[in-house]
Amino acid sequence: MAERRRSGVAHSIRRLRLRIIGLLCASLLLAGCSTTAVRGSGDLGLVIERASGSVQLVDNTRRERLATVKGLGDLSHASAVFSRDARYAYVFGRDGGLSKVDILTGRLAKRVMQAGNSIGGAISSDGRVVAAQNYEPGGVKLFDADTLELLSEVSTRDPASGQSSKVVGLADLPGNRFAFSLFEAGEIWVIDAADPRHPVTTRYRNVGRQPYDGLASQDGRYYLAGLFGEDGLALLDTWHPEAGVRRVLDGYGRSTEKLPVYKMPHLRGWALSGGQAFLPAIGHNEVLVADTRDWQLRAKVAVHGQPVFVMAEPSGRRVWVNFAFPHNDTVQVIDVPTLTVVKTLKPGRGILHMEFTPRGDEVWLSSRDDDKLVIVDTATLTVRHELPAASPSGIFFSWRASRIGM
Amino acid sequence: MGLVSVIHPIGRRRLPLLRPLAGLALLLAASLAAAAPPVVEPSPMRATAIRHLVRQDCGSCHGLTFKGGLGNPLTAEALAGRPDEALLATILNGRPGTAMPPWRSFLTEEEAKWVIKWLKDGAPE
Repeated sequence: MAERRRSGVAHSIRRLRLRIIGLLCASLLLAGCSTTAVRGSGDLGLVIERASGSVQLVDNTRRERLATVKGLGDLSHASAVFSRDARYAYVFGRDGGLSKVDILTGRLAKRVMQAGNSIGGAISSDGRVVAAQNYEPGGVKLFDADTLELLSEVSTRDPASGQSSKVVGLADLPGNRFAFSLFEAGEIWVIDAADPRHPVTTRYRNVGRQPYDGLASQDGRYYLAGLFGEDGLALLDTWHPEAGVRRVLDGYGRSTEKLPVYKMPHLRGWALSGGQAFLPAIGHNEVLVADTRDWQLRAKVAVHGQPVFVMAEPSGRRVWVNFAFPHNDTVQVIDVPTLTVVKTLKPGRGILHMEFTPRGDEVWLSSRDDDKLVIVDTATLTVRHELPAASPSGIFFSWRASRIGM
Repeated sequence: MGLVSVIHPIGRRRLPLLRPLAGLALLLAASLAAAAPPVVEPSPMRATAIRHLVRQDCGSCHGLTFKGGLGNPLTAEALAGRPDEALLATILNGRPGTAMPPWRSFLTEEEAKWVIKWLKDGAPE
């Protein structure tokens, strides 16, 4: 019989058949069929397709697209955080939409319109509260992570002027707290959401002009806000809140003229490696290197343009940098021990975001203007694979579910 | 690094030059009375590039749909009644003290005028 002969042809047919069955299983899984095989979510991720209001779900082990979820509204600026079981992604859209996406079934689980103009959000350390930061009408709203029911609102409206500050740089801190910055008011606020229906706010005033973004350190101890209106950053050591917010890297751009800024840097990709912090210099083609023991400026690394994201590999060995318009076709890699640029890549046009696989063996780049994702091997610094994506921006992998400040 | 020299900060340096220009524009506007200023249409290829620039790169702050973000909305409704001269100066020179940078290195004056008209028309594709 043919089975016994095991010819090469029969073998290929069998393999093909298995692949078809595999594909069917995958599509059934994505259709939400409960009879298909179980799988983990630890190597899944989500790519924002900014022009079409959709997100692409990807598998970063097999480097493939799993599904596209549509109907998320205006994602021209969007970010995502994950439930602590890494099953759901909460996507914050520009139009104030908050969408809960089931990344295992590829379905939109829930969606609420919570503001007029939103910028991003965070999830509490216990995973029960999702916080959204808003431009219009300003302030922060807290939601039940299960139901997306509104629990409370923290207004940034100044009673004297009537103006609401735009909220930037919202980050989770340990103990169900959130820190964020007020763009117009120049303040940092920390809210304790232990009782999310009655959050308690601590205000730090006069932290500096126009904080544009903020980040929490990986251990959740420090909250750092970048300032657009001044050369410097505002630092809160949450182990010593009584010491207040202090200025660090003050006057880093002194003696050199500030260049026009065509895109605000993003600080969410915290770049901390070997006791050093790597930060974008506003208005300068430089990455700032600070010593995290005393927050003094140690070095400036000259780079190709104005940095947008400055992100350390999970190992901390290298730091990857992308750039603002008109240099957004370039990515540079800084070697941490020598503080030198060791590689300049031109992976595609409009490189908006970078995301490492969980342990950093690959980095995924989104190329907005070439409608693709570029997957780069971090050992050889060469392109390993490309995937199609419609005008991609943010890439968010599910390992973020278990990290502070992500 | 080659492109760095392209984005020199011109805003402040060219402002004095702009004043007589603005004066001239006012004179012209006055002499033309209510007539709309002529807007030169860029070549189709350049128009596509400019629309992409405005949507994507202005959109970083003003939103891809121009409904605003860190920057103000640029929708037809938001711009209605705003004088073209002021908008032109903002685009070309930026607004010192705010996050608005000068775009003179990337757009000519004629192109910036066309952008204003395009935005006021509701940014059709």
